[in-house]
Amino acid sequence: MAMTQTDSDKAPVLEIRNLTQRFGGLTAVSDFNVSLRKNDLSGLIGPNGAGKTTIFNLVSGFYQPSEGEILVAGCPTAGLKPHKVTALGVARTFQNIRLWNDMTVLDNIRVAQHYRLGYGFFHSVARSKHYMQRETEIAREAAELLEVFDLQRYADELPGNLPYGTQRKLEIARALSVHPQLLLLDEPAAGLNSSDIQELIRLVRWIHNKFDVCIWMIEHHMDVMMELCTQIKVIDFGQTIAEGTPDKVRNDPAVMTAYLGDDVI
Amino acid sequence: MLQRYSVHLILLTLGGLITYMAYEELLGLYTLSVMMFMGVNIILSSSLNLVNGYMGEFSCGHAGFMCVGAYVSSLLGVWLFAKDKVFGAPLLDPEYAIYAFPLLILIGGVAAALAGLLVAVPSYKTRGDYLAIITIAANYIIISTIENIGVIGGSRGFMGMKRVISSMEDIAELPWMPIWVFIFTVACVWVLRRYVSSTFGKGVSAICQDEVAAEIMSVNTNKIKTITFMLSSGLAGIGGGLFAYIIGYVNPGSFTILKSTEVLVMVYLGGMGSLSGSVMSAMLFTVLLEVMRPLGILKWVVIPLMLVIMMQFRPEGIMGRRELGDIFPRLKRFYRFK
Repeated sequence: MAMTQTDSDKAPVLEIRNLTQRFGGLTAVSDFNVSLRKNDLSGLIGPNGAGKTTIFNLVSGFYQPSEGEILVAGCPTAGLKPHKVTALGVARTFQNIRLWNDMTVLDNIRVAQHYRLGYGFFHSVARSKHYMQRETEIAREAAELLEVFDLQRYADELPGNLPYGTQRKLEIARALSVHPQLLLLDEPAAGLNSSDIQELIRLVRWIHNKFDVCIWMIEHHMDVMMELCTQIKVIDFGQTIAEGTPDKVRNDPAVMTAYLGDDVI
Repeated sequence: MLQRYSVHLILLTLGGLITYMAYEELLGLYTLSVMMFMGVNIILSSSLNLVNGYMGEFSCGHAGFMCVGAYVSSLLGVWLFAKDKVFGAPLLDPEYAIYAFPLLILIGGVAAALAGLLVAVPSYKTRGDYLAIITIAANYIIISTIENIGVIGGSRGFMGMKRVISSMEDIAELPWMPIWVFIFTVACVWVLRRYVSSTFGKGVSAICQDEVAAEIMSVNTNKIKTITFMLSSGLAGIGGGLFAYIIGYVNPGSFTILKSTEVLVMVYLGGMGSLSGSVMSAMLFTVLLEVMRPLGILKWVVIPLMLVIMMQFRPEGIMGRRELGDIFPRLKRFYRFK
């Protein structure tokens, strides 16, 4: 695990080789390859049911791939549980917001620090000095993160009481609180209105610059993808059908066929 | 200052008062035993609340773990410190019982915590109704196992714990049982409170609210589940051990699913995910049972009926996910319980 600075700079943040996932007779993802580097902001698109979220679930460790391998900063993730993959530096958000709704906004961030708590059950019951110190640090860092995202005024609110767009922002903030090298955004613009979407575009770009994180996103709103991503991959029925810059992908006949059907062309 | 130590002060006074009154025999034996059962019920309901309230699973086999604790601490105590027809002469000098008693109860708790693995391990892959069925099964497994071990009395039960207590009283004439019940009750609630209010323990609520999000946000859900189930069943075991020594007799029949249901009622009466609710409802429920004693078997018609009415008009229980300090924020100025 102990890697030197130069090593981790050289190794791609995410490397997927020949990834295949079968569910019974269905091949959800077949022979998928990608290599993402440190400052990439890359996109993954495709029609409904193309296997995009499956790929994200594979990367975050919810499924074990049928074939192929996934390397996060050079470290294979095979056999790792999702919480271990997260500790390696992969954070993600979900299509439908998955915040803990009975916990305050601040606690949502605090609980996400489990991977580096540095104390266990007995410390928490004994309220040892070490425990107190860690709790104070974590609470402070969580509050700082909220401030960076301009969410500090909601710290004691329940997430359910916040506007939808703010909940999205909070979910992204929570994902970033684990200091990831790779941030997976699964349809961040889903359910947002057009002004929220403009806000989101600004947010993602700002995160990309500020947090020095590689972002890989799934999105159906093409304007978001065109605006943000430098590279886009298109998949359909688990197969990669096109890749390249947004402009190249937009005019690719295979992509049009996948989205609109054969007759149109 | 006051805020910081008021809880300590109140508890010390209360504990001292109970000890004094028991020592001077100002309290009748009946009142005293009701108070002790209150303590045991507090332990049971608050520990079950950890699983049912905070973690959102539905455990209905709590009495099974209580049974493990009761048997282990009783057998160990009698084997080591009392003359018994099964075990023969005491293994150690009975005068050590006075020091070893809390240890006996704790060992019972540890054994029950290990029995808790019976539920904890399946919980990795199962949840909700299916896990509830596993907890019922665990309850039955424990009861049937003990019923079928003839040496320790099988379904006839096991006794001799009073001799351990009396050898403690021979050394120092103090009301030992009330003292220990009080200490363990306070310790149990304290441990639970500290666990669930730590960032580590909030992982339990995270699992309850969204397990997928918990796992992806780096919460080791299997570890938290294991600790939570083991803590809950371990505390039930401590409650069971105390219960056995209060009565001086245990039999598997007192730890059936009916007893588990009784604990469930206390949890739901008090409010899910509220420790103060569990404590209050355990006290209330114990008193209620005693008040209705003249009704005889009819009380098992009246109490469930009250539960039905309660579920209709206040389904969240007395406290409903809130603690005392949330309902009366001004109280927070006077105490801190952490």
